Amino acid sequence: MTKQTKILDEVTIRFAGDSGDGMQLTGSQFTNTTALLGNDLSTLPDYPAEIRAPAGTVYGVSGFQIHFGSKEISTPGDTCDVLVAMNPAALKVNLRSLRNGGIIVANKDGFNDKNLKLAGYDKSPLDDGSLERFQVHAVDITKLTTLAIQDLGLSTKHIERSKNIFALGIMYWMYSRPMESTINWIKEKFQKTPEIVEANIRVLKAGYAFGETTEIFLARYEVEPADLQPGRYRSITGNEAVAWGLLAASVKSGLDLFLGSYPITPASEILHELSHHKNFRVKTFQAEDEIAGIASAIGASYGGAIGVTTTSGPGLALKTEAMGLAVMLELPLVIVDVQRGGPSTGLPTKTEQADLFQAVHGRNSEAPIPVLAACTPAGCFDMAYEAVRIATKYMTPVILLTDGYIANGAEPWVIPKVESLPNIPVHFRTEATDFQPYSRDEKTLARPWAIPGTPGLEHRIGGLEKEHITGNISYDPENHEFMVKLRQEKVDRIADDIPIAQVDGDENGDLLVVGWGGTYGAIRTAVESKRKKGKSVSHLHLKYVNPFQKNVGEILKNFKQILVPELNLGQLAQLLQAKYLVPVIQLNKVQGLPFRAVEIENKIDEILK
Amino acid sequence: MIKHVDKYAAKNFQTDQDVRWCPGCGDYSILAQVQRVLPELNIPKHNFVFISGIGCSSRFPYYMDTYGFHGIHGRAAAIASGLKVARPDLSIWVATGDGDGMSIGGNHFIHICRRNIDVKILLFNNQIYGLTKGQYSPTSEFGKITKSSPQGVPDHPFNPLLLALGAEASFVARGLDREPKLLQQIIRRAAEHKGTAFLEVYQNCNVFNDGAFVKFTEKETKDDNVVILEHSKPMVFGKEKDKGIKLEGFTPVVVSLKDGKHSVNDLIVHNEKDTMLSFILARMSNFPELPRPVGVVYAVERPRYEDVVTQQINDSIQKQGEGDLEKLLNHGETWKIG
Repeated sequence: MTKQTKILDEVTIRFAGDSGDGMQLTGSQFTNTTALLGNDLSTLPDYPAEIRAPAGTVYGVSGFQIHFGSKEISTPGDTCDVLVAMNPAALKVNLRSLRNGGIIVANKDGFNDKNLKLAGYDKSPLDDGSLERFQVHAVDITKLTTLAIQDLGLSTKHIERSKNIFALGIMYWMYSRPMESTINWIKEKFQKTPEIVEANIRVLKAGYAFGETTEIFLARYEVEPADLQPGRYRSITGNEAVAWGLLAASVKSGLDLFLGSYPITPASEILHELSHHKNFRVKTFQAEDEIAGIASAIGASYGGAIGVTTTSGPGLALKTEAMGLAVMLELPLVIVDVQRGGPSTGLPTKTEQADLFQAVHGRNSEAPIPVLAACTPAGCFDMAYEAVRIATKYMTPVILLTDGYIANGAEPWVIPKVESLPNIPVHFRTEATDFQPYSRDEKTLARPWAIPGTPGLEHRIGGLEKEHITGNISYDPENHEFMVKLRQEKVDRIADDIPIAQVDGDENGDLLVVGWGGTYGAIRTAVESKRKKGKSVSHLHLKYVNPFQKNVGEILKNFKQILVPELNLGQLAQLLQAKYLVPVIQLNKVQGLPFRAVEIENKIDEILK
Repeated sequence: MIKHVDKYAAKNFQTDQDVRWCPGCGDYSILAQVQRVLPELNIPKHNFVFISGIGCSSRFPYYMDTYGFHGIHGRAAAIASGLKVARPDLSIWVATGDGDGMSIGGNHFIHICRRNIDVKILLFNNQIYGLTKGQYSPTSEFGKITKSSPQGVPDHPFNPLLLALGAEASFVARGLDREPKLLQQIIRRAAEHKGTAFLEVYQNCNVFNDGAFVKFTEKETKDDNVVILEHSKPMVFGKEKDKGIKLEGFTPVVVSLKDGKHSVNDLIVHNEKDTMLSFILARMSNFPELPRPVGVVYAVERPRYEDVVTQQINDSIQKQGEGDLEKLLNHGETWKIG
């Protein structure tokens, strides 16, 4: 029979199973194929916090969500249209993210008594009518996988391991995706074991054929290519993008990159990634603690490298005193904080935006540090690069805020041309005549970078207050006040050296939604959707939080009302109100989860009713 | 980079800053001995860096006309680690105290030792907090009355040499502020060592803990209370060179060389490379009846962290070629649109 094909402009699929079921791999294969077809997309993995949670339990469920479409895609999707559930626990954990009327493809063999009990079901939800509001397809995936390859003489374990590929085959059929990319990947990945190559290809094709020939699926779908900017693309996660942005800045500035870091979720991948690129002469120092991470980076910067330290909220707290030292020393330094749920240990694997105050204000005394915020996974590349540019040009520590959501999320990225990256000119002082360690560039107020090993420039620096120009220790009251103001002025002047803020939508109107960091996708989706419905709403997203861009105050004045959605209790809202004396409406969420676009849409409706 | 090395004198390493330690402080001697040794090392002045934390000892960099870095409390070893890894060409020294190095900075101290990063660590041990005016330190003796321990220190002190040896430092030594010639020799040995060199200096704080080491430094008592360690030499001491140290099992005991029962042949022969002996020598300071060993306790060679890092970089370049950004950004799965 011929099946009906429907055209969709966007789809969200969630693959969910036990940690050992290969869901991340299934998701990334579907992602690669979808990218090659020219869809726009956004993905988010969802790992269990436990390393090896018991099989079949709800703690052990691993998920991968992909949102793709023929239109612009800015988030991994609020709710999913399809849930692939390999066992009862996967169904239980993920059901609440499936929309009403959505499709469930369940591995029927996985719903045995043992797994049902582990997931806390008395009877199988596939049979008890509790899933009535969804389209449920219970497929004997394990059995069908076994049938496809039982003649190859593989162990039961190997056969079981291929069942995710069967599910992938079904999804390829359902969304009209070609299998070539995955077949090529299988051939390459398992080239040393031809029987595994054969098995996986057979299972993939069996899954595809199952969709085509059986009558349980009444419809299949097509999603046409999106209107994307031409160019060469790749998929990139936020943590990868931070690492590569730092490497790119190292190459373009000619400075060696030094990373002093202590492992912490969800920032560790930056350390992992950089430790794999030693041929760029990057030195990764896995320190004994967070403090040694930043202290070693300061030492390296003093020596003429670009010192970087990467961490998450609790680690940033530990680095506080050393950040103050870097302010006093006026050395370049990049501090990356991949924010997670807090306070204290909090929710290590969940996202939040509640370190903004800590970044902007969290030091003893007056210790201004520029604060940047990346908005999307790929945007982390640009902001890491920008952090190095500002740090070296202004001789200052710079904090880059990202969060667990964009750090782990991935999106297609137009690969930049290396020659198109802005230059990062760096100058080490070598001239001994008239050298003063705290003399300043007239425009940037940066002091000279005079590194050890330079003849004639021997000098002393430290955390004690400096005398203007000479850098000698000074307890003079007027000098102290002068230096406090000078350090502030230096950071304030950065506002003259960054692009002005751009509004998405009209330059004035009834409502401006102001966000920062990882909420970009959700706010953009929400505002676009409301604009299409004729609402007078625009979007301003801040990548520079300290100092703010010069025109932010002007922009705020052009709107009747201002809404600030944040994954905290209103930290940007407070900074904006304090600086610009404008009333703002807050929308706050602190559940360890990103915003869903609909939550922002509802708030916009409430304001503009 | 200048290859030619000027002939320096001690005064070339003195700064124009007024030295602000209390008159009579042991720190003056340590400063003078360092300034005397550096000119002999054949290293250009601009390649020296002195890094410190917080405390009286940590004022040290201000008085050295080299590159100097007065850091934050306890973190000198971590700052120095980053600098040395980034810049293996520099000669890096840490000046720290018993509070800065053993208490707040204890973690960084043990980790620099185990990594064997080539930094020279001078621990000015006066067994008291001087800068904060007289609280007990982690090396203050048990029961000591101080401002913060009116009924006596309740904690057991750290033995800095044992701590360093426990962290497998490759060079461990002890000197005395009042023995300038000996101190210079040990500083020179530390400078020449390839790896982390740890030197504890007994330093008198004449304001808050005067006389803490008087037994080891006063003319009348020092010979009977100090044993000067010399590699391959038997451990003889005493005003008349009439006493020695012998091992009974693993226990060091003092024997007389005059009583006809023992000869020099019975004594421990110092071996800087003997790990077990180094622990025995370091532990001697826990027993007041034993003389205090001074000199190089332990000195062995093992790979330096920064050399391993450099080697890994060279290996990666050999294997993958010099880092190519274009290649990195375009490697793996990519696709073209339009």
